[in-house]
Amino acid sequence: MSPDHDPDKKAPEDLDAFGKKLSKARESEEARRLWKSNVTRPPKSALGLAFRVAVELVSAVAVGLAIGWGLDYLLDTKPWLMVVFIILGFAAGVINVYRMASGFGNAVGYERDNEAQAGNTADDAPDEKGKD
Amino acid sequence: MAEGHSPLAQFEIKTLVPIEIAGVDASFTNSSLFMVLTVITISLFLIGGMRKGALVPGRWQSMAELSYVFIANMIKDTVGSEGRPYFPFIFTIFMFVLVGNLWGMMPYSFTFTSHIAVTFAMAFFIFVGVTLIAIAKHKLHFLSFFMPPGVPIVMAPLLVPIEIISYLSRPISLSVRLFANMLAGHTLLKVFAGFIISLGVAAGWLPFVFVIALTGLEFVIAFLQAFVFAILTCLYLNDALHLH
Repeated sequence: MSPDHDPDKKAPEDLDAFGKKLSKARESEEARRLWKSNVTRPPKSALGLAFRVAVELVSAVAVGLAIGWGLDYLLDTKPWLMVVFIILGFAAGVINVYRMASGFGNAVGYERDNEAQAGNTADDAPDEKGKD
Repeated sequence: MAEGHSPLAQFEIKTLVPIEIAGVDASFTNSSLFMVLTVITISLFLIGGMRKGALVPGRWQSMAELSYVFIANMIKDTVGSEGRPYFPFIFTIFMFVLVGNLWGMMPYSFTFTSHIAVTFAMAFFIFVGVTLIAIAKHKLHFLSFFMPPGVPIVMAPLLVPIEIISYLSRPISLSVRLFANMLAGHTLLKVFAGFIISLGVAAGWLPFVFVIALTGLEFVIAFLQAFVFAILTCLYLNDALHLH
């Protein structure tokens, strides 16, 4: 930047490139700030996490129950499909929770935002590691 | 407890204008009233804010622009540029839930987001819409959604039902999260507010402090839950647009 610092030399390209760089930096900076302030902090509270885990677990069991009950009603196999599907629902709930907690896969996971954030902050991640 | 002072009385649906269409009760209730108020508030906020369209925005205009940018960034970060066509939908959902939650913070108002009927209806339509988008975009390949890659075929009979249940539980967890948060928060506020009166001057100040703190917390939750609702919609949309 320092050699062609005088304004009349290659000014338009420089300005254009600089403008692009600036808007890019500003965008990612703003996005990062929003993410940091709104995603990572408040829901990290233990209560919020516990609530999320409970909802994920229970909703899957409820869906399993509903499917099993519905199929039993249709097929006239009274308690059996319901039993099977509650167990499957529980398994699905555990998978949901696991995905939510580890933040990957086709999760019903809002922890996925970490991935989006990782994309944003990939460049300064090593710095943080270096500090520690 | 005295009648009408139950902590749950605030969630009662009251019919304001009875309407019946083909035997179905479609009355205009206090819930409907607050939904209409919410839509009017959002319209006033956005149309009024952008009326001048000044190059250097004033306070009102920057607030309107901020809400736009906030959601635009959220979609960009979670879905990417393919999510751009769905911006109006996500923005509408976010603003509707947020302003609905905030209307609920007014004393004597009604919080329509504290009703599972409302939140589930929204979550259900999001779920169906997102599923249709996925099917339209990926046709039958959509079914690979229920079979994670790298799983031996022997596991399929066990895993596919589990994945389907996991997928179907999305609208439930989405709606229950919003509804339960609002219901619990508002009930808690009312319970503590009731303690103020029953404990009187002697010890009433303690729950009063709690109520003040809870009110602040409730504003945070109002925003946060609207945000969570919108971001989960984005994540589902992201799944639909780029399977795995």
